[in-house]
Amino acid sequence: MAESTKKVLFGPIFENNPIALQVLGICSALAVTTKLDTVLVMSAAVIFVTAFSNASVSLIREQIPGSIRIIVQMTIIASLVILVDQVLKAYAFELSKQLSVFVGLIITNCIVMGRAEGFAMKNGVWLSFLDGIGNGLGYSMILVIVGVFRELLGSGSLLGYTILPLTTDGGWYNANGLMLLPPSAFFIIGFFIWVLRSYKKDQIEVDG
Amino acid sequence: MEHYLSLFLKAVFVENLALAFFLGMCTFLAVSKKVETATGLGIAVVVVQTISIPLNNLIYQYLLKDGALAWAGFPGVDLSFLGLISYIGVIAAMVQILEMTLDKFVPALYNALGIFLPLITVNCAILGGSLFMVERDYNFSESVVFGFGSGFGWAIAIMALAGIREKLKYSDIPEGLRGLGATFIIVGLMAMAFMAFSGIQL
Repeated sequence: MAESTKKVLFGPIFENNPIALQVLGICSALAVTTKLDTVLVMSAAVIFVTAFSNASVSLIREQIPGSIRIIVQMTIIASLVILVDQVLKAYAFELSKQLSVFVGLIITNCIVMGRAEGFAMKNGVWLSFLDGIGNGLGYSMILVIVGVFRELLGSGSLLGYTILPLTTDGGWYNANGLMLLPPSAFFIIGFFIWVLRSYKKDQIEVDG
Repeated sequence: MEHYLSLFLKAVFVENLALAFFLGMCTFLAVSKKVETATGLGIAVVVVQTISIPLNNLIYQYLLKDGALAWAGFPGVDLSFLGLISYIGVIAAMVQILEMTLDKFVPALYNALGIFLPLITVNCAILGGSLFMVERDYNFSESVVFGFGSGFGWAIAIMALAGIREKLKYSDIPEGLRGLGATFIIVGLMAMAFMAFSGIQL
């Protein structure tokens, strides 16, 4: 794999993480993270949408008139999201109920739009496709980390399998109810950014 | 009447779009450095929310819902899969029309809201509001109340956050936590405070 391709694919995961550094797309990032299985479905959906919207936008980037490009991008993204939504409803109805409105909100996820506008309009199809996957993975990584913490500490299990036996079932672990509530997602992301920035000093904001 | 009041309070405090459902987070974090700008954005969200949710409600009830096209002679048609694309279209068009109307008739308000109006199209709180309205199957008058309430709650949250962040300027925060990190933790604490409302029953 050529150097530049590698950078496009893996850069967004740590170096230039869309959530931690660019503050994009956290809208839907947090609400689905109480359980790991919803996180995985959501991540797969976002990777699919970013990759294919990037590829399609890049494919027709020469033909799109500049003044209506946002609408064109929006339509492509919305159609892909409808596709994902329908597939989920058909094959994983329970999960799609749990994700409720958040699949639809992938449309307004700034990562998808931001990459289509910022990268796919200027680069070739293959590279844009990889960039979409890379950014989708960067997004998924944070989601998975938050999801693991919340499910493990909040209900003592991962993907529904018990890891820490709860006191209510005769085990030793006292479930931390806070982890299942919205505020914990903010705390975990806050601390994650702290850790990431202590490790990579150049990401510290000077005038915070 | 009581039903609407409780729906309103629920939308503002208990089910606050920003703090309980994490909607509109991108702008919530980016535009909350100053109280003034936060207030401008908050008002814009209230206005757009109050118009777009009832509008989408009408579209859903009379065009998209299963059997909704019966009045046009197509009783068996279910277009609800077109929902997402129609709502985002309505929102984008609505914001555009609102912007032009304000520019023509209320220039003072237009200048105050200025750059925030176009930003709102991609604010997930707006689309999220419409999707919640569909999911919970509100009728028209409920959707008006819900639209106003949810926008109002979002505005309160962003104004409060901006106030806290202004005060925070003088505090000594650990290096890696400065900026974004600290903001996340503050939002977490605010969300906890708002959870105290969740017991309210009217």
